[in-house]
Amino acid sequence: MWQQLLLVMLVSPAPAQPAQKAVESSCVRCHLAMGDPLAEPVKLSAQDIHFQNGLSCNACHGGDPTKDALEEAMNPRKGFVAHPLRKQIATLCASCHSNADFMKKYNPQARVDQHSEYLTSVHGKKNQAGDPNVATCTDCHGVHGIRAVGDPNSPVYVTNVAATCGRCHSDVKRMGSYGIPTDQQEQYSKSVHGVALMKQRDLSAPACNSCHGNHGATPPGVDSVANVCGQCHVTQEGLFKQSPHSKAFAENKWPGCVTCHQNHLVVRPTDAMLGVEETATCAACHDRGSPGYVAAQKMKSEITNLQTRLDSAKQVLERAQRAGMEVSSPIYQLSEARDRLVLARVQIHGFTPAILQKTTAEGESIAAQCEQSGWQAIAELAYRRKGLAVSAAILLCMIGLLLLKIRQLKT
Amino acid sequence: MIPTEQTTTRRNVLNYLLGTAALATLAAIFYPIIKFMIPPRVVESSASSVVAAKVSELKPNSGKIFRFGSKPGILIQTPAGEYRAFSAVCTHLDCTVQYRPDEKLIWCACHNGRYDLTGKNISGPPPRPLEAFTVNVRGDEILVSRG
Amino acid sequence: MNAWASKWGGWLEERLGWRAAVRLLEHKEVPVHRHSIWYYFGGMTLFLFVVQVCTGILLLLYYRPSAETAFESVEFIMTQVQFGWLIRSIHSWSANLMIGTAFVHMFSALFLRSFRRPRELTWVSGALLLFLSLCFGFSGYLLPWNKLAFFATKVGTDIAGIVPLIGPFLLRFLRGGDEVTGATLTRFFGFHVAILPAIATVLVSVHIYLVQKHGMSTPPSVDADKVPKMKFIPDFLLRDLVGWLTAVTVLAVLAAIFPWELGEKADPFSPAPAGIKPEWYFVYMFQTLKYIPSKILGIDGEVLGIMFFGFLGLLLIITPFISPREPRTGRRSLLPIAGILVLLYIIVLSALAYRT
Repeated sequence: MWQQLLLVMLVSPAPAQPAQKAVESSCVRCHLAMGDPLAEPVKLSAQDIHFQNGLSCNACHGGDPTKDALEEAMNPRKGFVAHPLRKQIATLCASCHSNADFMKKYNPQARVDQHSEYLTSVHGKKNQAGDPNVATCTDCHGVHGIRAVGDPNSPVYVTNVAATCGRCHSDVKRMGSYGIPTDQQEQYSKSVHGVALMKQRDLSAPACNSCHGNHGATPPGVDSVANVCGQCHVTQEGLFKQSPHSKAFAENKWPGCVTCHQNHLVVRPTDAMLGVEETATCAACHDRGSPGYVAAQKMKSEITNLQTRLDSAKQVLERAQRAGMEVSSPIYQLSEARDRLVLARVQIHGFTPAILQKTTAEGESIAAQCEQSGWQAIAELAYRRKGLAVSAAILLCMIGLLLLKIRQLKT
Repeated sequence: MIPTEQTTTRRNVLNYLLGTAALATLAAIFYPIIKFMIPPRVVESSASSVVAAKVSELKPNSGKIFRFGSKPGILIQTPAGEYRAFSAVCTHLDCTVQYRPDEKLIWCACHNGRYDLTGKNISGPPPRPLEAFTVNVRGDEILVSRG
Repeated sequence: MNAWASKWGGWLEERLGWRAAVRLLEHKEVPVHRHSIWYYFGGMTLFLFVVQVCTGILLLLYYRPSAETAFESVEFIMTQVQFGWLIRSIHSWSANLMIGTAFVHMFSALFLRSFRRPRELTWVSGALLLFLSLCFGFSGYLLPWNKLAFFATKVGTDIAGIVPLIGPFLLRFLRGGDEVTGATLTRFFGFHVAILPAIATVLVSVHIYLVQKHGMSTPPSVDADKVPKMKFIPDFLLRDLVGWLTAVTVLAVLAAIFPWELGEKADPFSPAPAGIKPEWYFVYMFQTLKYIPSKILGIDGEVLGIMFFGFLGLLLIITPFISPREPRTGRRSLLPIAGILVLLYIIVLSALAYRT
């Protein structure tokens, strides 16, 4: 009796999810009894969202799950298909997932346009044309053991997306014939967005699908890149659209944003990108003396001046603070000046010096005030030391006179 | 020792100097003590409760950034006329948020995050609501205090 | 002028009987010998205690003892109150100096064997006062409610909780709960400004009374009958004053050049800052606990460490009753050796703690 109990305990998987609905089907029973590799799909079904919602193998493969005999259970006349063709997979999934009436029984908010989106994508078009290399539903979502998108173990959970896309897109052999680069995943992983999402776990940072779409995956066209980046970087996009660059880029068919910032390896921009030095981004296009060159120079000097002011204010305040003076108020105020610098750096995207000038002027005036407070604190310190000198002199005089008195009393 | 006139004079001078020095010492000690006991101009520490604005300076459907401790806070008057205050530090990457009268909500310019008028994060990257502060109106002053 | 003074003196004498005290002071004498310098340390400790009481009372005019307001009130004192920085820094520095002179005073009394009959109770009250001053230091340290203080208190009360039998009770009693919270702050404030001063008043009165009653002790190496003596008033007192004014000067210099820092407001939810250490007067014990292996003969190492220090404390209190009567000539007494070993131990372990 206890041996059976032990066996049951050893064999039953530890429940990781709320108890799944018991799915009665001959498919499950037979395949499990036959051991690996045929049992594998059944073992994966414990995590599968379809099984958790009461569906079984026949929902995709057809056949008759009530029959035990192989010829009846896996009967093609009952719609059984052992291995759906790659070209057929999307349609197969769509038979439920594009059916609004059906889907709302399980999730009233589920979208039902994945298939129609897929058909507009590069993957979809090539797949329908018979290309066996491109992604279809099962390549990204898994085939057996499909987890919900919100499950952190799903291959399409936001932090896993880059690796899932990269499985094909970083594979040089597979991508050879398509003529597109294979370094996107590597570049993305080093970018600000990649680091934010993967290392800092900022789930709001973009992954591949944020810019390329999920099912309708397509790189944004040249004239729509700015719109895509502008979903988060609203202010920069707004300024760019009003700037002289907007028309110039459109005429030359240059994409907004990525022309200067790159697309996958978006790194944290620095002040070195602005200006007219050899390595500056502006200098790559604007010749010496041109209006753009002059504008770049002006903007660079505004930014640099403000940065210098901030640095010198910070230095004085830190010195005062180290000396024990209480300067938390000017230190707070300095953060307002720093906010102006951040804003000025954003306003560069208007590519017109007049836009930043007001901001940098405000910032400089605040920083100047803070620096003055710092100097006042240091002056107060000097005043205290003078006061100390006076008091110490009085005390030392007193001590000296006492010593004289002691000597006098001795004689 | 036989006290001579010279030693007597010296002793008197010394005593006189000693007396003067003693008075100076006492003054040097009591001056800071008396000054300490006189209340300063600002009577209370302001870090746990601040006057964020005057009633007259804040109109309905507007907001104002003010200093709260070492961080910025935002005081808004809703279109309905109610005062609310929150921490102005965006919960995404610490930028300072601002009030958007056109959208009647709180907005963060850095990555387009949005918070409703209860401080709840409703759109964009911010993962958490803004910390809410308590607002009290005392005469013409709007006081904001923590929790 | 003198007639006026003696008339008022007579009025007070009839009502207070103050002349007896004056006569006692006028007759008080202090032996003069090679080790006389150590006589100044008792008065110095008392003077610094008076400085603490005065600056402490002044701070009470502005300090607010709750978790929401304590840090801000100290910040207010340091920045808004005139000379607030001076009073607060003097209070913090003088605390350390006072504990320092208390230790010196204790060690000098130990090595000069001032505790011999009939002065045993003077020693006992003094040992208790030393522990009391450590309690003052520990309770006062928390009051600014900054990060360092918060964690030092957490660690210190954790250690108190390890004492066998009464540990858990002691921990809850000190903390005012299970964790260090605003309740701990208020409680420590009560200890620091009311309970400990009340006990100190009693002990200091007893201690000083006994010193006056028995007079100054002479070390065994000095012949008590033949030793020259100086009068307390005015000679010793003038020298005392020189010492006290020097202490005031030192405190003023420390307050102006090395003001006591404010730190960052305590946040119970943020992790402990790296490398926290208690104040120097606890640091040798703290360092010792780090070196003890976690288990010795099945008993928890930390418990053994604490019991060891408790035992040493007990030995300190009963020193007069356990040290040999008179040092036998020709044979080295154990006492100075034991005393030197303890002193070296404190110095070496403190140095080790600060080296890391």
